[in-house]
Amino acid sequence: MKVLIPSALLSYTGGSHVEASGATVADVLEHLDRRFPGIRFRMIDEQQRVRPHIRLFYEGEQLRDLDRPLHDGGELIIVQALSGG
Amino acid sequence: MMTTTTAARILLLVATRKGAWLYYGDTARRSWRADGPHFLGHIITHMVLDPRDGRTLLAAAKTGHLGPTIFRSTDLGRTWNEATKPPAFGPAAGTQARAVDHTFWLTPGPADEADVWYAGTSPQGLFRSEDGGVTWVPTSCINDDPQYRQWMGTVQDGTPDGPKLHSIIVDPRDSKHMYFAMSGGGMHESLDGGGTFAPLVEGMEVVEGFDPAVITFHDPHCVRLCPSNPDRLYQQNHCGIYRLDRPSKRWVRIGKNMPKAVGDIGFPMAVHPRDADTAWVFPMDGTSVWPRTSPGGEPAVYGTRDAGNTWQRLDAGLPGSQAWWTVKRQAMTADRLDPVGLYFGTTSGEMWMSRDEGRQWESVARHLPEIYAVETAEIA
Repeated sequence: MKVLIPSALLSYTGGSHVEASGATVADVLEHLDRRFPGIRFRMIDEQQRVRPHIRLFYEGEQLRDLDRPLHDGGELIIVQALSGG
Repeated sequence: MMTTTTAARILLLVATRKGAWLYYGDTARRSWRADGPHFLGHIITHMVLDPRDGRTLLAAAKTGHLGPTIFRSTDLGRTWNEATKPPAFGPAAGTQARAVDHTFWLTPGPADEADVWYAGTSPQGLFRSEDGGVTWVPTSCINDDPQYRQWMGTVQDGTPDGPKLHSIIVDPRDSKHMYFAMSGGGMHESLDGGGTFAPLVEGMEVVEGFDPAVITFHDPHCVRLCPSNPDRLYQQNHCGIYRLDRPSKRWVRIGKNMPKAVGDIGFPMAVHPRDADTAWVFPMDGTSVWPRTSPGGEPAVYGTRDAGNTWQRLDAGLPGSQAWWTVKRQAMTADRLDPVGLYFGTTSGEMWMSRDEGRQWESVARHLPEIYAVETAEIA
C-alpha cells in the first residue's frame, strides 16, 4: 500500500510517498522499519503506543490500535500533529 | 600561573534546543570556528566525544514530534548514523509502562572498557551500551526495581522538563564503582559495576517541610567527581551546594559559605582537572516561584579555591545588569589546559568562555537557540 510520510521523517525515506505491505498497521510499520531502519521507534514508543504528536490515518479514520487490519490498495497517512514551539 | 604551551586545541560541543554546533578553537583559545548546525530543529540534550578514541561522537536527540534516538559519528560530525537500538524501557503493563521521552545524559565508560557508554533518560532510566552507542540495554536493577520506581515517582512528580537520571560517574580507579543522580530521586552508588545500587544522600537537605529520609524528595542537579582526587565529589543540588569526601557518606553543605544575597541554588557544577579544592558554580534565583534567572539579573560564576570554605564572585566581562538568563546543569564545563578554560552556555543562546579560570569572561557565540549542554574535548 501507499504510505504518506510527514516531513519530519523524510530523512529516513527520502520521499513523501513510499510503498509498504502488511495485513495490519503493525505489519506495515514493521515493513517500513525494515526498509528504513529506525523510523518506527520515532513514531511508536516501546510500549507500542503511537507517540503523542504523531497521528496515523487510514481511509479517513484515525488509528490507535496497531492490530487494526488493513487491506491492499489503501493509503496509510502518517502526519505530525500541529504543535510546536 | 603557567600559560599553556601545548598545541592542543579545544573543541566545544554545544547542544541546543534547536540543533548542535561544534566550535573549533585555535591553540590560544582566542578565536572559534563554528561548525553547524547539525540536526537543525532537533532537540539535542547532550553531545559527547569519546575521550578514549578521540573520534566517536554521540548526540542524544529528539524532535517536537518524533521519539528519542542517539546519533553517532566517527568523523567529528561529517557523517552521522543512528543507533540501531536507542535507549528504551522494557515492555510493561498499566502504570508500570514507561517510554523514554529523551535521553538526557551520556557518559563514556572507563578507559579499560572500550566502547562502553552509559545513558540517563527522562523519565529516569539507566542504560548501557557495549558497542560504542549502537545498541543500548536497560539496567533492570534501576529501571524495573519497585523500590527505585517508588523513589523516582511519576512524571508529574518531576521537574518541568521531565524527571531525569543524570551525573553518571565511573570511578577512574575502579570501573565497578559508579554513581548516578536523579531529579528527583537522590544520589546513588554501586560497588559492583552497576549490579546493585544504594542511596548516598546523608547530609543532603530537601525542601523545607519534607522528610529527608524519603529518597524521592532529594533533587541533586549536577554531581562532579574530581579527576585529581576521585574520593572527592561536588554537588549542586536543588537545596544547596555540597562536597563529599569518601569514604565518608555524609555530604557537607559548602553552599552555606556563599553570600546570603546570592544563595547557593543553581544547576551546573564544574571542577578543576588538577586541583580538587577548586570548583565553580553558576547561582540562580531559587526564591519565590523559582524564576531560574541570574539573581537580580546580574549573572556571575562563583568559584572556590579551598574546597568550598570561601567563594569568590567571578563576573568580569559578563553583563552587569538586566541579564535574565541562567545556565542549565550540563551547560558549564572546564577544559584540561593550564590555565583551565571555563565555558558556559546560557538559556538565551550565548556561549561564554574564560581562559584564566574565571577571572575574565568573553563571548564566544551569540544568538544560538537555548543551550542545553556544553562539553569540551582536546583535538590535535
